[in-house]
This record gives sequence, C-alpha cells and structure tokens, in this order.
Amino acid sequence: MDKQTGFMKALKCRECGREYPLAATHVCEFDFGPLEVAYDYDRIKQSLTKKAIESRGKNMWRYRELLPIAGEPTVGCEVGFTPLIKADRLAKRLGIRELWIKNDTVNYPTLSFKDRVVSVALSRAKELGFTTVACASTGNLANSVAANAAAAGLKAYVFIPSDLEQGKILNSLVYGANVVGIKGHYDEVNRLCAEIAGKYGWAFVNVNMRPYYAEGSKSMGFEIIEQLGWKIPQHTVVPMASGSLLTKIQKSYQEFVKLGLVQQSRYSVHGAQATGCSPISVAQKAGLDFFKPVKPNTIAKSLAIGTPADGFYALKVMKETGGAADDVTDDEIRDGIKMLAECEGIFAETAGGVTVAVAKKLVATGKIPAMDSAVLCITGNGLKTLESVAGHVGQAREIRPSLREFESLLEAENKSTVTA
Amino acid sequence: MPINVRIPTPLRKLTNEEELVQIDAKTISDAIAQLQSRFPGIQERLVDESGAVRRFVNVYVNEEDIRFLQNQETALKDGDEISIIPAIAGG
Repeated sequence: MDKQTGFMKALKCRECGREYPLAATHVCEFDFGPLEVAYDYDRIKQSLTKKAIESRGKNMWRYRELLPIAGEPTVGCEVGFTPLIKADRLAKRLGIRELWIKNDTVNYPTLSFKDRVVSVALSRAKELGFTTVACASTGNLANSVAANAAAAGLKAYVFIPSDLEQGKILNSLVYGANVVGIKGHYDEVNRLCAEIAGKYGWAFVNVNMRPYYAEGSKSMGFEIIEQLGWKIPQHTVVPMASGSLLTKIQKSYQEFVKLGLVQQSRYSVHGAQATGCSPISVAQKAGLDFFKPVKPNTIAKSLAIGTPADGFYALKVMKETGGAADDVTDDEIRDGIKMLAECEGIFAETAGGVTVAVAKKLVATGKIPAMDSAVLCITGNGLKTLESVAGHVGQAREIRPSLREFESLLEAENKSTVTA
Repeated sequence: MPINVRIPTPLRKLTNEEELVQIDAKTISDAIAQLQSRFPGIQERLVDESGAVRRFVNVYVNEEDIRFLQNQETALKDGDEISIIPAIAGG
C-alpha cells in the first residue's frame, strides 16, 4: 500500500473527468461538478478478498481498501457492522414476502449512519493535518462530528438550524463542541458553511472534505451484501436528504460486483422523502432528471434539505436501477415509526418512519412486487426525535402503589378491549 | 452604493484571488455579463451554452436562492449582495 495515498489514485470530477490531487477540495474548478475519489481497483482486488474481509474486526473498516484514507483509520475505529434484522412481522404488515432492516439506529457511537461518514472524514482530516473540523448538519451529523472529534482530540464547530429537536442539540453540546444554531433552514446553514469553508482553514466534513466523507456511506451497502450472505438485495429503500446515501448504496453494490465479491444480479434502489420536503421524489414521479428546490416543512428534520446536492445523481440511480421514489405525510411518518417499533422492537427517528412508510406505499402500488425481498435502511435513533412522537403514542397511566388500583385499571382495560 | 459579489474559491484564479468584487448591474444576467467583461472566462463557468445557470452553481441575492426569485431576471438594487456558491455541499 502506498503510504501517501493508500488505494486512492486522485480526486476526479464526476462531470468532466478532470483530476485533482487528494487534498481537501470538493468541486471542479471548471464546471463546479463534484469531485469523487478514484481508486486503484486492480490493487484493491488483490487485497480485498472475502477471506480477508471475514478475518477482520466487525466494523466498517473491514472494507478498508474501498474507504478513502491513506493509512490506517484513527477515528471511529469501531463504527459500523450494525445488525441486519430479518423483519418477518413488519414484512407481514407491509405485505411483502421477505423484509430486512439494516439497523443503524444502534451505530456506534452516536446512533446514526453518520458515524460512518464522519469516521472516514475525520481520519482523512487528520492525515491532511487539520486540527479543527466542522459541518453543516440537520442534527445527526453534528452529533457524530462532535463526539468523534472529542474522542480524537480535534476542535469542532457544528452548524445546525436553530429549531432542531432538543435531543439533537444537547447531543452535540455534551461533547464540548462549538454548536452554532442558525436562524434558518438547513439550506441556509449549508450556504453559510460553504462560505465559511472557503474562508477558514477547517476541515468541513461535508463541504471541502465531502469527497472522502461521502464514501463512508458505502460501508452500509457493503455490510448489507455481506450480511445477506454475499448477495445484493432485490430492493433497497433508502431515505433521501441530499440523496448522497442512495447514490453510495448503488456504488457499494457496483464495487463489490467489480471486485468479484458478489454476483451481478438485478436490483432496484428506491428513495424515500417526506412530503413536506420532497424535491427528489416529486421529480422522480414526474419522470424528470432535474429537481426544483423547495422550502422544507416536515417533522422529518433530518431529511429537510430543499436543495439536495446529490439530487441529480439520486434521480439517475433510481432510473438506472428501475427504482422508484415516493413521499409521505407527517402522520404517515409517525405511523411508520410505530409500525417499526411495534413489529420489530426498533425505535427509529423520523427518517426511519419515512423509509418504512414509503416502503409500505411502494409495496402497495406494486413498485416493489409483493413476492420480492427488500432491505430498508434505517439510519437514525428515535430517542433523538422524541418531540415528533410525543402525544401520538399514548401515555403512561398513573396509579398509586396499590394492588387494588392496578386491578381496577386492568379490569377497565379489559372491558374497553372487549367493547372495542 | 454598488452591488457586492462574493466569489467562491474555485473561481478566484479568474479574479486575481479577489473574493469580493463590486459591480453595478440591474439584473443577475447583467451582473454575469459585467463579471465576464472584467474577468474574461468567468461567464462560461457560471452559465451553460443555453445561457442558463449551470446545475452545480447556486446564486443567491441577499441570501435568497435566485430560483425562489426570478432566476437570472431577478432585479438588483444598490447595496445588494450576490453570492455564487458551488451546489455540491452538505447532506
């Protein structure tokens, strides 16, 4: 392995193919296209075999050759390899033959898939000599940057919309990060961060470090294939905010095929959004290859990106793989959260509710055939978005510590069950 | 008062590393034409052959995306601030 660049070759513009050095830079100077890491797949093929993978630790770094750092990981060494759960009870509710949940609600250390991208971005930031890291976030990313930066001894600035859920704000503050709440929605936070990133010499994980950062999402797809017994799922349903995760899931499947780790098979990647912020879903349903930016208004705050950076590419992936998109209302999102909790014992945040509810729609409309098998990517933990379900999941009944009171409560309940 | 244009890092080679440029323009189209006359080559980075703003370029007037205003026909007045920002960020 090359000590300077690992298995990476260069940064390459997705639009025009111009190459750039492996620095902290994210857009092409000529057409503003996104830069992406180009790898030396011939060398990776010699090193990344099934045997090698299976002999390594149960974390996302078991696919290290396909993650863009030069040396060994130094941040988030235990991230990933979250459970893939066979969800028979939820399958029945949704009316599909076979269903799996990729459960990143228990990702380490901050309970969302963002730990994957952050461990890559911060490991690479350290390699490039940065001591201050930052991000624009709808919450989960901020939590992960704050926690992982603390553990790595890096200084962190996280920028979030000021109206985020309490859980997500406290979850960044507790690690000692500098939390800046912006009076505006995420797209405004993002615009400000693009300006700040151009001015200060910080590693902004999703701005100037974005080519490295985004690749971390592939580990979710690699794990799905390995945990399914080295198979690509027929259908994968992915929540879309910027659309980045969806594009990286497809890339992970393509890379494993290219390396001969899995057989090529037909698969579709589907996208899920909230109706209150559905630029990609609306475009997909209208058959367009471009989207119209929107101003978000949804309880799924983690998906509330009205100007999705990877919107064009997400539309392209769905088109290429025969995938579909759909979107769901706030009430449907809460129902989705409840269905997943009641059937599988998994408490997801609002984005998880979006994914479950959209999957239900896609099965109901035949876009995912009932006889097929699907994986739902559940990306974040419900304990962080308690406000969204408070008042919608019933409430605890209070009694005095008396057996008599408990028994009359049970009796009243049985009566009401019978009448119902 | 003139109009201030914030130039993003990828374009600063064209503006001799200037990050804030002052112009006098009536609309966004007009502003782009003026930038082009001062910094030849900048126009083709911002707009495609049909004259539309490139899909990976976002343009803001006083912090509002011009796609929520009148796109390139968005009127400008003295003291306005235009930001040109790469679309690929975040998420």
